[in-house]
Amino acid sequence: MTITVLLAAALLAYTMAFIAGLSKLSNSVLLRKVTSVYVEVFRGTSLIVQLFWLYYAIPMLFNIPLGSNWWIGVIAIGLNYGAYMSEVVRSSIVAVDEGQAEAATALNMSSFQRMRLVILPQAVRMMLPEFGNYTILMLKSTSLVSLIGLRDILYYGDIIRSTNASATPIVYTVVLVFYFILALPLIWLTRKGEKIAKKGATTT
Amino acid sequence: MNTTYWSWERFFDALPFVLDGLWMTIFLTIACFLFALVFGFVWTFLRRIPNKSFNWIVTWIMEFIRTTPPLVQLFFIYYAWPVIPVVGMTLSPVQSAILGLGIHYSTYISEIYRSGIESVEKGQWEAASALNFSVWDKWKKIILPQAIPPTVPMLGNYFIILFKEVPLVSTISVAEILLKANTYGARTYAYLEPLTVVGIIFLLLSYPSALLVQRLEMKMNTRFDKNAVVKSS
Repeated sequence: MTITVLLAAALLAYTMAFIAGLSKLSNSVLLRKVTSVYVEVFRGTSLIVQLFWLYYAIPMLFNIPLGSNWWIGVIAIGLNYGAYMSEVVRSSIVAVDEGQAEAATALNMSSFQRMRLVILPQAVRMMLPEFGNYTILMLKSTSLVSLIGLRDILYYGDIIRSTNASATPIVYTVVLVFYFILALPLIWLTRKGEKIAKKGATTT
Repeated sequence: MNTTYWSWERFFDALPFVLDGLWMTIFLTIACFLFALVFGFVWTFLRRIPNKSFNWIVTWIMEFIRTTPPLVQLFFIYYAWPVIPVVGMTLSPVQSAILGLGIHYSTYISEIYRSGIESVEKGQWEAASALNFSVWDKWKKIILPQAIPPTVPMLGNYFIILFKEVPLVSTISVAEILLKANTYGARTYAYLEPLTVVGIIFLLLSYPSALLVQRLEMKMNTRFDKNAVVKSS
């Protein structure tokens, strides 16, 4: 459960990050304003508050029970980290040398081609380490979904604790170790991303 | 009571009730932050002990604390620690909160200190040794005064992050704003309005402070930009 929430939330967060990051750079004032509101609202409040808020608000406001809390967990974590990561996307795109964009224009590329073929391949490389860090943060925050009744690692830990109090230290140690083991490949990927990002910096 | 619709009446009814918990939130933010600031130094100096295996252990302990959820760490301190024989002791929810979040964020803070210390030029270290400064004087008079001020905006960012993490402690029954909102919800079956109050409080407090930190950052950049110094001289 922890893993599925993490994967789905990460996917949503990456998508939101690119959408929001790109629309913050768009020419349309309205689009920029809307994105700013989204980013500031989600960055300005805590994830746990958003989680609870969506948990109660979504079924109420839209009058539809979303069925599974799984979606609420994914949406809350995904939107929250999407907002944070959109800043990474934005700053990486801005950091790509201006000459690159000018060269693309000179080569008569459309703005879409320019973004896709010239700017993004360079910007994505710079984003990698930050994305890795945020994915580790996301892994940590998936523990919150046990609070809205999802059966993740922590949920089972809590159940064992409530039936057998003397096992508490072992239970929580196991839970912590579990998270750490899940994080290890992410740590490794982040370090690898850092190397790739550095390599890009030296060639340009 | 019909709770399927938004009601301003409930919103204003919940407002003072939730605001009641604000002092606890602010107190905890400051207390955890101070704890993390002090404990961050401990990590930084432990990591500087020149012993490879010791260094390795400290690094991995920090990595462990950093990559596991603070929520689980809070539960560990609050529920598990009292049960552990010999070293175990019972902590109040507030104490556990300060200890849990404080330790978690101290690992991040220590990383900031480290980057600050590493950014001090090598010549400064050499000059301090050449002038026969004692280790204590070297740190106090040369290194730290240069290492710490540039990190202030980063520390400010972590203060805001910590502020937003504090509602986690509602899970171990500390009466801060989120718990207040949930209590209100449990009493009236209306959760949406009190939770909206909580969200608005966070926005109102964290957005201006984020802007403040941003301005501080710009100020610091112009003050500590080494290239700028070279240009002006």
